[in-house]
Amino acid sequence: MKSLEELRALKAKVKNDMSLRDGSEDTRVVVGMATCGIAAGARPVMNAFLEEVSKRNIKNVQVTMTGCMGLCRLEPIVEVIDKDGNKVTYVKMNAEKASRVVAEHLVNGRVVTEYTIGAAAQ
Amino acid sequence: MQIYRSHVLVCSGTGCTASGSAGLFDEFESQLKANGIENEVKVVKTGCFGLCAEGPIVVVYPEGSMYCRVTKEDVSEIVSEHLVKGRIVKRLLESNKDQQAASADAENTDFFKKQMRIALRNCGRINPENIDEYIAEDGYEALGRVITSMTPEEVIDVMLKSGLRGRGGAGFPTGRKWDFARRSVSDKKYVCCNADEGDPGAFMDRSVLEGDPHVVLEAMAIAGYAIGSDQGYIYVRAEYPIAVKRLEIAISQAKEYGLLGKNILGTDFSFDIELRLGAGAFVCGEETALMTSIEGHRGEPRPRPPFPAVKGLFQKPTILNNVETYANVPRIILNGAEWFSSIGSERSKGTKVFAVGGKIKNTGLVEIPMGTTLREVVYDIGGGIPNGKKFKAAQTGGPSGGCIPASLIDTPIEYDTLIEIGSMMGSGGLIVMDEDTCMVDLAKFFLSFTVEESCGKCPPCRIGTKRMYDILDKICSGKGELSDIDDLYALASAIKNSALCGLGQTAPNPVLSTLRYFKDEYIAHVVDKKCPAGVCKNLLQYRIVADKCRGCSACARKCPVNCISGEIKKPFVIDQSKCIKCGTCMDTCKFGAIVKE
Repeated sequence: MKSLEELRALKAKVKNDMSLRDGSEDTRVVVGMATCGIAAGARPVMNAFLEEVSKRNIKNVQVTMTGCMGLCRLEPIVEVIDKDGNKVTYVKMNAEKASRVVAEHLVNGRVVTEYTIGAAAQ
Repeated sequence: MQIYRSHVLVCSGTGCTASGSAGLFDEFESQLKANGIENEVKVVKTGCFGLCAEGPIVVVYPEGSMYCRVTKEDVSEIVSEHLVKGRIVKRLLESNKDQQAASADAENTDFFKKQMRIALRNCGRINPENIDEYIAEDGYEALGRVITSMTPEEVIDVMLKSGLRGRGGAGFPTGRKWDFARRSVSDKKYVCCNADEGDPGAFMDRSVLEGDPHVVLEAMAIAGYAIGSDQGYIYVRAEYPIAVKRLEIAISQAKEYGLLGKNILGTDFSFDIELRLGAGAFVCGEETALMTSIEGHRGEPRPRPPFPAVKGLFQKPTILNNVETYANVPRIILNGAEWFSSIGSERSKGTKVFAVGGKIKNTGLVEIPMGTTLREVVYDIGGGIPNGKKFKAAQTGGPSGGCIPASLIDTPIEYDTLIEIGSMMGSGGLIVMDEDTCMVDLAKFFLSFTVEESCGKCPPCRIGTKRMYDILDKICSGKGELSDIDDLYALASAIKNSALCGLGQTAPNPVLSTLRYFKDEYIAHVVDKKCPAGVCKNLLQYRIVADKCRGCSACARKCPVNCISGEIKKPFVIDQSKCIKCGTCMDTCKFGAIVKE
């Protein structure tokens, strides 16, 4: 390393991985991973989120999992909860939909209405 | 870089390694593979969380669930329940043990709530063998700022204003030490780190070295810049193999990144660090002896002055700070002197790490703001005394310190108040004693340590402590006279005034402080020939209470020297002339018919 700037650049790169241990005010992406979710294909959804978030180096996003919400017929369900606790529930997700949610919702802050529970469950 | 949805932190400090954490790491990796989630969950080895009594410890993030006493068999349950299904394994949670509302987040447990972690902030959070994780937690940022935008005088000024005092025991202001060394004119200066932690029961330095080795390297480089030195030495005891290994890894990683070595971060500042392993002599923790040992000579102290800041290692100006002192330095640079001096009390700033041991529930490491009372440490953080016993006293400062009796349990823990009550901060060993501890026996224990560890260079320490030990032994074996107590006082003051180094000068402290607060126990040993706590074997008797004895003969059958006899269904008797006072009979009796007095 030849300068302080280089050190800071490295820090920015590695910081994201550590934020998981901070319990900080992150946006959380919660994937339903009970038997129903996994059977409906939640694992590829989870992996797609992890991959997209790392690829785009998005800060302050935690990808985590939860159990069954009771809406098994709509699985895989993904909830995106921002730091103020506002929640958007996406249903019947798959890997492609996951990348789109990352690109539109997490990066640009636009909810992908057509995948949300209000629209897609009909 | 790849991110994960969950991190599993496995403690690999010495405490948890001893209780079997080494196998857990591999077990987690293989269980994750078996469940096909190795790409979603990362397993990390970290340093000490501080709750060594409950080890091996595993923490799972983002929930922050702290699992205790985890065995290899528990791993598959944690993986299949928590990591696959998202259900926390409640039976293994720390808080579950005290029947509190089981909290999934370790930060909310009593053990952590009252703590404030500055020196230990990365311990148990980062992987000590990975420099990237240290850098992610602001690592080397302080060094970068110091060498690119501050003058050495400004650095020393921050240290002075912060009020940081040496954490090794004596509490000398760190900024002043650096200032003296800065002012000494010389072609070569040295920065040393005292990692020769020798007090019985103290292990906070080991935990910092094992859990966050880079913080020490970074702070030493900052010190080097401040005083104008390009060479550092860490003197670490060879009995700390994990710490030594992690330091070696840390030094080589820092060199690879150009954070140690020539022209750090493209500046003119160069600094290098080497390790020196100590063979474990207690005296080598004394600064002059430590430097003599680094030079390759036998570790013996020499008189001061000249102080190390003028003439130290290889006769050159040297600063020597303790591991925990260094661990505070980068945070002070980053957050500022005002931030640090706002923590703690009037005359003692910041926090102090204590290794809490003895008769206490939560044995382990705690870091508290200065000024916290002993009561808070023992009862709130430490969880109190096990088995419903009463708190009798706490020993701080190891063999150089003294005891704090129950009547002073509300004393705030600070450098000056501890000295006022006859103890000292010391390096941070805190040994809790309950009513079953004999204070004379305790003083004898600490003196036996000093006698064994005295380097023998000066007669007051070599002969004086041995004589004091002999007197205590005499008192404990029931042959003491009242004049012995006067002799103890006389010897103590002679040794205090004439010993060569701090070790000898403080060796009588455990005797003096127990005499100060527990003189009645000494008198009981000498005059009544009784040991009130029932510890000194020669002063106690086991006796069978005839009314309670059912004559079952259980004790007689267990007695290793066959000194109990009697007729079945009639009271038995102990033959005192043959009894070796092992206490087996008392443990065996189901009717509480055997008493110790």
